[in-house]
Amino acid sequence: MAEVNNPRKFDKEGLGNVLLVAVSVCLVCSIVVSSAAVMLKPQQQINQELDRKQNILRAAGMLSADSIFDSEGRGVDEIFKRFDVRAVNLETGEYTDSVDVESYDQTKASRVSATSRDLTTSEDIATLGRREHVALVYMLTTEKGALDKLVLPVRGYGLWGTLFGYLAIEGDLQTVAGLAFYTHKETPGLGGEVDNPNWKALWPGVSLFDESGSPAVRLVKTRSPGGSAAAAHEVDALSGATMTSRGVENLVRFWTSELGYGPFLSKLQAGA
Amino acid sequence: MQTPKEVLIDPIFNNNPIALQVLGVCSALAVTVNMSTTLVMCAAVTFVTTMSNVLVSTVRNRVPSSIRIIVQMTLIASLVIVVDQILRAVAYDISKSLSVFVGLIITNCIVMGRAEAFAMQNGPWLSALDGFGNALGYSVILIAVALVREPLGSGTLLGYEILPRVADGGFYYTNGLMLLAPSAFFIIGLFIWGIRSWKPEQVEEPTYEIAPNMQYKEAM
Repeated sequence: MAEVNNPRKFDKEGLGNVLLVAVSVCLVCSIVVSSAAVMLKPQQQINQELDRKQNILRAAGMLSADSIFDSEGRGVDEIFKRFDVRAVNLETGEYTDSVDVESYDQTKASRVSATSRDLTTSEDIATLGRREHVALVYMLTTEKGALDKLVLPVRGYGLWGTLFGYLAIEGDLQTVAGLAFYTHKETPGLGGEVDNPNWKALWPGVSLFDESGSPAVRLVKTRSPGGSAAAAHEVDALSGATMTSRGVENLVRFWTSELGYGPFLSKLQAGA
Repeated sequence: MQTPKEVLIDPIFNNNPIALQVLGVCSALAVTVNMSTTLVMCAAVTFVTTMSNVLVSTVRNRVPSSIRIIVQMTLIASLVIVVDQILRAVAYDISKSLSVFVGLIITNCIVMGRAEAFAMQNGPWLSALDGFGNALGYSVILIAVALVREPLGSGTLLGYEILPRVADGGFYYTNGLMLLAPSAFFIIGLFIWGIRSWKPEQVEEPTYEIAPNMQYKEAM
């Protein structure tokens, strides 16, 4: 009884102490964790932004893989300024002002039903599930105002997860200028070779569309004889990575099809 | 009672968390494909283990035993999140390649094991040494595994070319197995073999013996 009457006596196993310790540990930890997250957020966003710009420039072949400066010593931000970022409605292929290009998150938009559309199984060759209504495109124009390069965000399912990357197209809207993935979960050494500079070097010059204008890129084990019509659309598949290769083929085909940037590319072609 | 020096040095070879206790093997498989991620992972685990031991040891006299595990988990998880956030801010590329594994330090058996087995019974200073020592033991094995895997798997070490690969015009055919997680099992197994041949006292007594097959007559 004496113990109960004396609240100053410290009872380690008592309910009061259990609650006190639980609440104070939670409070202290949550303050530490949230302040770390809030304080470091600006720097993290700068990193993400820089990373995104680097990936776009690398896809376009304007920045080498291990450097953050181009051959003339310009930094990422400076080179990137030459790009014109526009938002495009993928249904119509028209430019749109419905989103703010600075803050628009395309991947997030593809998860919300109001800003994306469901894909049926036969449409969804790249296993995306949903496709956003509005996409960002990065355009580089020459001094005379003609389109020099066009960089399109692309994504699609490989073996273990979705590959996110950028497809750069030359001003003729037919020839690939480069393809680079910035996030993927493929097996290192097999599917992970999508990052191999030697393999990426196979992409520039590949022809995206056949004569009828439909997507024709193929990843193949054996290349068709040089000079034939098929050879222009072919890229060597990655050895030991059939599923990844198929995923890459499907995602390039999907995003260059009518469901992807097709309408926009036709509009651009007609206008040019 | 161990001396501070023993607390620090013992976990490196005599009581190595990976080689003797066979704890924390999961991350040893996952992050040792190349040396740079391995080093960052080791630094992160060292920080978390040392700090969690200090924190757990500091609050050990206040924490009721009924909720001690949850309190330890909360402290460890908070530390890991802070480390993850810092990595994303200062070493973005490496944090991308480590991806989920920094977060998984929370479930690394070594961190929790030291908090429960050592820090709950010892003062903050000794606990700090114990945490640091065990993290060193973990790091020694990880670095050794990465030393084998990166050159044999990719022909490089810390990104510098050691063995010129056939793909780049050299002579070395890269060993694909080394890039996959199972290879670390073989390497860690060889290390355990090596350490136990060097220090035979680490060899465990068999917990049971397989009985010989019974004769037909006896079974009757």
